[in-house]
Amino acid sequence: MDLYTRRLLINRFNLVVSLFTMLFGLFWLGWILFTLFKAGLGGFSAKLFLEMTPPPGSDGGLLNAIMGSLSMGAAGTLLGTPVGIMAGIYLAEFGSRGWLAPVTRFISDILLSAPSIVVGLFIYEAYVVWVGHFSGWAGAFALALIVVPVVIRTTENMLRLVPDSLREAAAALGAPQWKVIVLVTVRAAKAGIITGILLAIARISGETAPLLFTALNNQFWTSNMNAPMANLPMVIFQFAMSPYEEWHKLAWAGALLITLSVLALNVFARVFFRNRTATY
Amino acid sequence: MSAVVNPLQGQAQADLAALMSRRISDASLRKQYRLDQLFRHATRLFAFLVLALLAGILIALFIGGLSSMRTFGFGFFFSAEWNPVTEQFGALVAIVGTLTTSVIALFIGIPVSFGIALFLTELSPKWLRGPLGTAIELLAAIPSIIYGMWGLFVFAPVFASHVQPILKSTLGSVPIIGILFKGPPMGIGVLTAGIILAIMVIPFIASVMRDVFEIVPAVLKESAYALGSTTWEVVWHVVLPYTKVGVVGGIMLGLGRALGETMAVTFVIGNAHRLSASLMEPGNSIASALANEFTEAVGDLYLSALIELGLILFFITFVVLALSKLLLLRLARREGRTT
Amino acid sequence: MNAAVLQPVEQALTQKIQVKDLNFYYGKFQALKNINLDIPDRKVTAFIGPSGCGKSTLLRTFNRMYALYPNQEAKGEILLDGENILGPGQDLNRLRAKVGMVFQKPTPFPMSIHDNIAFGVRLYESLSPREMDERVEWALRKAALWDEVKGKLRQSGTSLSGGQQQRLCIARAIAVRPEVLLLDEPASALDPISTGRIEELVHELKADYTIVIVTHNMQQAARVSDYTAYMYLGDLVEFGVTDEVFIKPKKKETEDYITGRFG
Repeated sequence: MDLYTRRLLINRFNLVVSLFTMLFGLFWLGWILFTLFKAGLGGFSAKLFLEMTPPPGSDGGLLNAIMGSLSMGAAGTLLGTPVGIMAGIYLAEFGSRGWLAPVTRFISDILLSAPSIVVGLFIYEAYVVWVGHFSGWAGAFALALIVVPVVIRTTENMLRLVPDSLREAAAALGAPQWKVIVLVTVRAAKAGIITGILLAIARISGETAPLLFTALNNQFWTSNMNAPMANLPMVIFQFAMSPYEEWHKLAWAGALLITLSVLALNVFARVFFRNRTATY
Repeated sequence: MSAVVNPLQGQAQADLAALMSRRISDASLRKQYRLDQLFRHATRLFAFLVLALLAGILIALFIGGLSSMRTFGFGFFFSAEWNPVTEQFGALVAIVGTLTTSVIALFIGIPVSFGIALFLTELSPKWLRGPLGTAIELLAAIPSIIYGMWGLFVFAPVFASHVQPILKSTLGSVPIIGILFKGPPMGIGVLTAGIILAIMVIPFIASVMRDVFEIVPAVLKESAYALGSTTWEVVWHVVLPYTKVGVVGGIMLGLGRALGETMAVTFVIGNAHRLSASLMEPGNSIASALANEFTEAVGDLYLSALIELGLILFFITFVVLALSKLLLLRLARREGRTT
Repeated sequence: MNAAVLQPVEQALTQKIQVKDLNFYYGKFQALKNINLDIPDRKVTAFIGPSGCGKSTLLRTFNRMYALYPNQEAKGEILLDGENILGPGQDLNRLRAKVGMVFQKPTPFPMSIHDNIAFGVRLYESLSPREMDERVEWALRKAALWDEVKGKLRQSGTSLSGGQQQRLCIARAIAVRPEVLLLDEPASALDPISTGRIEELVHELKADYTIVIVTHNMQQAARVSDYTAYMYLGDLVEFGVTDEVFIKPKKKETEDYITGRFG
């Protein structure tokens, strides 16, 4: 075999391997989704959304867990988003001088990938121990801390995409800097920033680890954010690890529900971003 | 209506202009200046908050772990003992488990991610790139608890009945590394956790690799093609060396994710505080020890030992992620200089 | 040398902007070298020269746009109606309300056509909705855009064509009723027909405003301006009445550039 043929064969072989790695990646996605639908779809009924989590051995739904997840997710998003947007504005608009911006950017990017269970530990130490009990608020705080770096990153990136000429044009009319930022720059980056918030919501919807030591769980309905609160990921964890058939079924239904919501949010965020930025 | 058509002409216009410039009073300008300052300081405060958060995490975990640190000292790192009854705690099993699962994840994840990035940047037809890229990224969006459940109920049984026996009979009889594949095929254990982690880190590593591959100047690739190189040769000899720093940064990012992953590992690792040479045996990781035991831990020392574990985990991931970030920044800076 | 450069300008004209010994730095790089020049009131002054000669840089000192960026610094004096705008006490927002600017690429804000124009007006005046509508219409008419957009004032400014966007930006700049209008290659991103309309517009606007235009298109400078400054590598080479600069330039460098023998 001459050199040329060998080179071509190596090329061919490696490219085929590359194709297989792609299929390998898709294979897991397909398998996991298939499992979720197969095991979870059976549990999908009105009951799931209308009844409380049952005691072992009987039927029920996930209403309290869904409500708990929604309340804590909403509270966490509302707490974390403004912090993230403001810090992101600082990094993009005032960050060209001084040490604070580069350091903050660095730390924020690390917190973005830091283990979420550590965030739970932190809130446990800093809040749960202090008030003396697990609570929905503690869960919301932990989720807010996960939202912050996600929103910082997207806000900064999106603001940086706004061309300087737009800032100059607003400044050229005599607008003070805060008006340039609030009325023009942030507005121009709005679609991207909203996308970031959607992705942050998607991220916290599936988070379990930070809730373990903060919101804990609750067998019953509660709208009291100061009490331990049920939430989907924790209920799935508890039910999946139990030996009861009914609980397993509910866990799969919950898993499907969560995955569908998260994937839908992700896809929606991407489509939303593409459509809203295409015109600009 | 005709009055609106050209309301201002000639002299009237000049008068208005004069009036206008007077209208911008000093008071309103001072107010704007103060608002500017206020806004800047407000955003600055929130940026500070991020640093305060990091400091808060470190301080809280340090204080929480203090009594464990006092009791066990450096021995904590080297003791494989984990006995809540006698209150003897050591981090060795959890640290080894965390590192082993992550290394397995990278061992599988790196070549697969490279292949995917190569496929997405060089081979895939243009119209398929978007959807395929999104599909791979969706792997990262699936909540980790789902990986855990799926791993425990679906993957582990298949793995135990179809893959582990083959591994045992082939690799298990190879000298030296054979010891890694001894033990009963139970499905759960360190190897299973590592494989599931691999699937979870693939999207992170692959998307960084794809992004850095895309920054390679077309000219550079074209000159290699112009010499008669094959696609593979261009990627292996031009693209990869050019983006080396970024690729390592992406791998570090994946490692950081793998080290801290909690729920998926908790489901499948077996949660046994026992050191064993075989990857098929159950083990434990820092994150899963925390997830399993924290809320049920009785006794201050037990809790403190768990919090110290958390501090160790945070420290390791912080270093790995910082390294990743620095490498990626280095690539970005070099890019900025050359273009 | 500078005195010779200044000579051709008729001293009888009122000088709106007087530039005295201006030096400009991007960090350590000196982009403008000892510029002296007077810009007459209610005339069109064009800055021409090859890319990188400093013509845009000079323009951007007149409203201190460079102050948005660190490491950019101007030394010397620029007098606007006799007042030094480079002085430390100068309020930038007030200055920019007085000196409007239109950029190379259209920069419509992400809001409706109406709000794009109202944006600048609202900064310094509180008008009733009716007065604001009148102002918007007035500015759009001035910018020769009214007939094309009167039915769709609530639509996004980004939905207009490139030429319309640029006229929207001109309307936005004149709506705040500045005294000076800076145009930074306002037609370089436009097609010939839109360019023609912008040039007509410049011609009409000079009755009310002092206009300074940067262009790399010499024919355009010859068509629209009363005075022309030729710059090269940060130096002001020649400044005078446009016809004279184009027909019998005093300096050999100017002649080479104008006749295309440059470089």
